[in-house]
Amino acid sequence: MTPLLQVKSLTKRYGPRIGCADVSFDLYPGEVMGIVGESGSGKSTLLGCLAGHMSPDEGQVIFDTATGPRDTLRMTEPERRMLSRTDWAYVHQNPRDGLRMGVSAGGNVGERLMAVGNRHYGRIRETATDWLGRVEIAADRIDDRPSAFSGGMQQRLQIARNLVTGPRLVFMDEPTGGLDVSVQARLLDLLRGLVREMGLSAIIVTHDLAVVRLLADRLMVMKSGHVIEAGLTDQVLDDPQHGYTQLLVSSVLQV
Amino acid sequence: MEDYNFAYLDEQTKRMIRRALMKAVAIPGYQVPFASREMPMPYGWGTGGVQVTAACLTPEDQLKVIDQGADDTTNAVSIRKFFQRTAGVAVTEATAEATVIQTRHRIPETPLTEGQILVYQVPIPEPLRFLEPREVETRRMHALEDYGLMHVKLYEDIAKHGEIATSYAYPVKVEGRYVMDPSPIPKFDNPKLGGNAALQLFGAGREQRIYALPPYTQVVSLDFEDHPFVASKADHPCALCGATDSYLDEVIVDDEGGRMFVCSDTDYCTGRQQAWTEDAA
Amino acid sequence: MITVENLCKSFTLHNQGGTVIPVMEGAALHVAPGECLGLVGASGAGKSTLMRMIYGNYLAGSGRIIVGDLDVARAQPREIIALRRRTLGYVSQFLRVVPRVPTLDVVAEPLLALGVDGGAARERAAGLLSRLNIPERLWALSPTTFSGGEQQRVNIARGFAHDYPALLLDEPTASLDAANRETVLRLIEEAKGRGAAILGIFHDEGARGRVCDRLVDVTGFTPARVA
Repeated sequence: MTPLLQVKSLTKRYGPRIGCADVSFDLYPGEVMGIVGESGSGKSTLLGCLAGHMSPDEGQVIFDTATGPRDTLRMTEPERRMLSRTDWAYVHQNPRDGLRMGVSAGGNVGERLMAVGNRHYGRIRETATDWLGRVEIAADRIDDRPSAFSGGMQQRLQIARNLVTGPRLVFMDEPTGGLDVSVQARLLDLLRGLVREMGLSAIIVTHDLAVVRLLADRLMVMKSGHVIEAGLTDQVLDDPQHGYTQLLVSSVLQV
Repeated sequence: MEDYNFAYLDEQTKRMIRRALMKAVAIPGYQVPFASREMPMPYGWGTGGVQVTAACLTPEDQLKVIDQGADDTTNAVSIRKFFQRTAGVAVTEATAEATVIQTRHRIPETPLTEGQILVYQVPIPEPLRFLEPREVETRRMHALEDYGLMHVKLYEDIAKHGEIATSYAYPVKVEGRYVMDPSPIPKFDNPKLGGNAALQLFGAGREQRIYALPPYTQVVSLDFEDHPFVASKADHPCALCGATDSYLDEVIVDDEGGRMFVCSDTDYCTGRQQAWTEDAA
Repeated sequence: MITVENLCKSFTLHNQGGTVIPVMEGAALHVAPGECLGLVGASGAGKSTLMRMIYGNYLAGSGRIIVGDLDVARAQPREIIALRRRTLGYVSQFLRVVPRVPTLDVVAEPLLALGVDGGAARERAAGLLSRLNIPERLWALSPTTFSGGEQQRVNIARGFAHDYPALLLDEPTASLDAANRETVLRLIEEAKGRGAAILGIFHDEGARGRVCDRLVDVTGFTPARVA
């Protein structure tokens, strides 16, 4: 089986400081990988480099495109943009960064469809309605703007907007951050179901170990820009090998 | 009027504008930045169009200026006088006789011919502006042909009004590449943008942008398969000349709600009325 | 089906002066298809640790853990994930689920992950929940609010939803009443009957005597502690 994503020696520096250094891993179709670490550990930098929002200084990000594996860092900007609206999706922590607040829910979901050339209003609207249902937003809210939605609904709308074109790889930056716990649980369940049904691969950056335990198959722990430990999620959390991971795991408040 | 350089602008400025025009013609629909000058009229009165006209005029030209199709409104009269005084060129109200036509918000009804230049006054050249406020981002979107957003606007129209309610400044795609704002002409005029024999130049003074449609350029109005573009107009004949094929203005004639529909293109309307009178005589 | 050879393991506590605690040395066992092997030994002797290493939950220090045709001690995460999905089931002592997910879906999930149609998966889940006496009115609720015994039964139902060729059972009959204990023992016997290799920890001697074909005392694998 070909990996969906092969990351090789990815390094990003901010002047003399290190964003992330020498990160390598393979992600296979259907796998969900979590990246944990404290603020400033480089996890968001890594995600930004993978998703093409930042340009790393060294390394390769090889994605298995429709025409075979290609280094996305060497793609032209139009090719990368095309990829980011067909095969990739990016879920922001703050739904306001990922939604068009002045456009209706239906328009938000339909945008990616229109961007890849859908020109049939009726079908676009039908697909949007279907997706609103899948993320548990009532069909009669389709013409409401996201500003009239609760935080949890906005986040679910952002997910619908991202998944509508059937991407293969989803980047998520703290997808449940800023939501209260009961809304978080519902979102986690939704994400798990979608990942399973659509066979999605996902990379989830978070500092919430409970979230990765429930969502991620695999886990990478980052500290000061370096990956210090990686493995099966439950193995890393239950039998951490590195001192920092042991500290991280033992620092979680028990409820 | 020897105190002024021909057509008001100094030759260096004209050269700068002509360079921008050349580039605009070479890349149809692409917005070329230019160093817009202060003109002796406020922004919004056609400073962009005036600069483009000034850069195009030669002493042999015959100039026509229209505002919403009419030759006799304040804006049109002022600009026409401005060029009479500063360039001394001949002026005309007849579309067919003019070599350069500066227009605000209309395309003349009489079909244009090769050799004519139509100069549009443009308030906001960026078709993506109301959807994406960041200039850096809109330029990137044009560069990458990232135009999904344009259809989102039309989608929102249909979702809200049941049809595409945009009736003027209706966005078009030029030669399958750039999405362009045709300036606030009624969408009735959109079909005349494409395949036109005349050279069409667009100037936005405050926004400092010039763009162009060379003769016979392919221009397509954006739409959906199930909500196709319709070049609509008021469903009446002209009350003065009886034309059924021209764009109409609604005129309120009294304070009891009385109204009439007349051609917005005064030259076209007058021409038809004259022909009618001559036939009768 | 399950073979363990010369397995060693120690924990290093980096935040407590780098203390190294050896917990297992030279562990070896073999479970054949259709066989149930019981792990015995005093509390803290390493029964659960051994089981967790076989499941890939704890990292092996050295040695081999062969489940089917995979060496868990050296496998890539994705290989272990595939193994857990198809081949190796595990009923732990604790139920860990996404809050607010209905019990029926919790039990059906291993089948859904295998691509079994939703209706068939839920039907199978419903059958198991009925057998384990979870009242139907609770099926639509999340098990997070259930009593300890109920949670344990949900956990068992989930572990038996898919017919795994190899099963790890950590105290499956603990905190169950006689009727439910009987159901669980029947489930184990049925699994053996269809050829599953089962490794179990049973404190309940009666249960152990009934389902286990052989016993292995893990005390033999406990390293001599340096005092």
